[in-house]
Amino acid sequence: MLELITFSTLNGLLYGMLLFMMASGLTLIFSMMGVLNFAHASFYMLGAYFGFEISRRIGFWPGFVVAPLLVGAVGALVERYGLRRVHRYGHVAELLFTFGLAFVLEELVNMFWGKLPVDYRVPPSLDFVAFRLFDTTYPAYRMFMLLVAVAMFAFLIAVLTRSRVGLIIQAALTHPDMVAMLGHNVPRIFMLVFGVGAALAGLAGVIAGPALVTQPSMAALLGPILFVVIVVGGLGSLAGAFVASLLIGLVQTFAVAINVSLADVVGAEAAARLGDLGTVTVAQIAPVIPYLLLVLVLIFRPKGLMGTRET
Amino acid sequence: MSEGAILSWRSWAPWVALALALVLLPRLLSSGSSLTMMSLMGIMIIFALSYNMLLGQTGMLSFGHAVYYGLAGFVAIHAMNAIAQNKWAIPLPVIPLIGGLAGLAFGILFGSVSTRRGGTVFAMITLGVGELVASSSLILRSFFGGESGITANRTKLMPLFGYKFGPQIEIYYLIAGWAFIAILAMYAITRTPFGRMCNAVRENPERAEFIGYSTQTVRFIAFCLAGFFAGIAGALAAINFEIMNALSLGAAQSGTVLLMAFIGGIGLFWGPILGAILVTFLQVTLSDLTGAWMLYFGLLFILVVMFAPGGIAGWLALHGPALRSGRLGRLLPAYALAAVPLAMAAAGAILIVELAHHMLVKASSDGSLVHVFFTTLDGASPWPWLAALALLGVGAALTRLAWGPVRSAWAAVHAASAPVDGPAEAAVVPPAAQGVLPT
Repeated sequence: MLELITFSTLNGLLYGMLLFMMASGLTLIFSMMGVLNFAHASFYMLGAYFGFEISRRIGFWPGFVVAPLLVGAVGALVERYGLRRVHRYGHVAELLFTFGLAFVLEELVNMFWGKLPVDYRVPPSLDFVAFRLFDTTYPAYRMFMLLVAVAMFAFLIAVLTRSRVGLIIQAALTHPDMVAMLGHNVPRIFMLVFGVGAALAGLAGVIAGPALVTQPSMAALLGPILFVVIVVGGLGSLAGAFVASLLIGLVQTFAVAINVSLADVVGAEAAARLGDLGTVTVAQIAPVIPYLLLVLVLIFRPKGLMGTRET
Repeated sequence: MSEGAILSWRSWAPWVALALALVLLPRLLSSGSSLTMMSLMGIMIIFALSYNMLLGQTGMLSFGHAVYYGLAGFVAIHAMNAIAQNKWAIPLPVIPLIGGLAGLAFGILFGSVSTRRGGTVFAMITLGVGELVASSSLILRSFFGGESGITANRTKLMPLFGYKFGPQIEIYYLIAGWAFIAILAMYAITRTPFGRMCNAVRENPERAEFIGYSTQTVRFIAFCLAGFFAGIAGALAAINFEIMNALSLGAAQSGTVLLMAFIGGIGLFWGPILGAILVTFLQVTLSDLTGAWMLYFGLLFILVVMFAPGGIAGWLALHGPALRSGRLGRLLPAYALAAVPLAMAAAGAILIVELAHHMLVKASSDGSLVHVFFTTLDGASPWPWLAALALLGVGAALTRLAWGPVRSAWAAVHAASAPVDGPAEAAVVPPAAQGVLPT
């Protein structure tokens, strides 16, 4: 039991930090530009595939550095030549543009790398057992992922609160007109934020690719959960996104580990009257839990956990 | 529109034409495959129009509209099985009504949660609800039938006037009849005071609140009605295919209906009809022609969002004033001039996609010879690639050049038809689309 709790906590934290790497960019882009970037999870997928392609040719570490930069460049180009153009048609058009982009990116990945998962491996330098608890081992690569995620988190906080660029970004979140008046190029700040957000998602993809499965549907599987994270956390709130990421990461990981159904709790006869609901295990409903959480939050606390504005 | 106009032939003519077209089409296109395709188009027209009650009429962007289509389809399948088993005296043509009521019920259930806010938040909630239902459908196996889905036999129901609805032609007429009723009903709704309030909520929610309407109530009613008509479409799909599975309520189906409505044009009532017909036709024919058809869809959608946010219908409707004032002819030379480089660019892009798709997906098994545009090219040699790139580049550059004449032709037509209006650039974006997409 202790073993289960320890490993589930570690894995949950890891999954939560991965979610935050993407949700932070998404929520920054949203609160700054009002654009809900549907293609954000596609940047995560691109990161994983770029990382795979580079690691296949040169090695994991060059991919670790170059792939997020490439994804960031793609993101900046998308903002400059796509989003900025549809901006004048309003937020719905921007949302639809990113929706179409997600569609096209998935098809392109399908075309270039095929529909089946690719063999993106953990680098040999990290392919060892980090520690052993009871009878279960914990791979070092997962510790590395956690480390990268935490480092990225610290870096993001430092940049946003301590650097000049971060202060301008924070100002542009709430008072874009004033920031423009002061002589800053607000469209360029938008492009920068979009590019950095995409690069962060790409980095998440590069490190998650070998541990999870690198396949074309990875964006479609993760995208909706990211939206849940930023709504549950409160739209536009970075701290909220952080809490919600960890919450959803932990809840989902623990749910997967619990193999109990209602039939085990109330007895098979009572559960039989509930039909399917009686026999499904908690592990089976794990994919539904984030969305249930979303609906509950929207009913009882529409602001989200830490949101300042009513959603 | 004045009182007399309602009775005039002009307001009835489109409906008579629609009814005639629906009745006569199977005479013209009687092959099995075209019947199947037209049945599917009928279903998708209802579905796309119901979606546009949200996006086009009320300004609510939904990413989970297939939930109501799919759930109602499942209810219809179960209803068909129950009716056949218990030998109830309910004929098949009533099933879509049951589906519609199911869609309405689910619309009320989920709508009460999701319509509290409009805009982006609404879009996210519909996405969440869509994922919730889609992932639940794989768990609740007795209702959704798991991966394989649930089947029914439509001929087991009570015959109506001797028709057992076995052959596709009878199903086509059933779908056409329901489509006619649904199109008429949805059009009628847009003409009611409620329909106008929907538009008001879309254009300016704040002002709608100030004149005493609850925007939440308007959104909620529109959502429920859209659920009702989506339910009719879902039940017709259940009847048509005699099977329902979890795919029909998933994100891909929700995305397809969004594509249909938007490509057709959400600013005009008949836009989604056009979109449903076009997208269904492309889905059926393109998927036979090329393996990269999904990519073409995505690219088409992005191009429409970027360059013609009014959709095809919006673009066509731009020509209305010119047509009425008889100046459409002045546009044609400029269009013909622009069409040539545009076709070149499109051909270049298609060549690149086809070459890339073949070399990346099929070359290892089929060799490097690519069949495209009635010729055969060798994807392993650089020449087809260079030619395609040149076509695309030159075509795109010439299109830019040819845009000048198009613009000045528009300016001339515009100045002559409506001298008080703004410059020609404004006309590139249809006014309807500008209204639909609030900033």
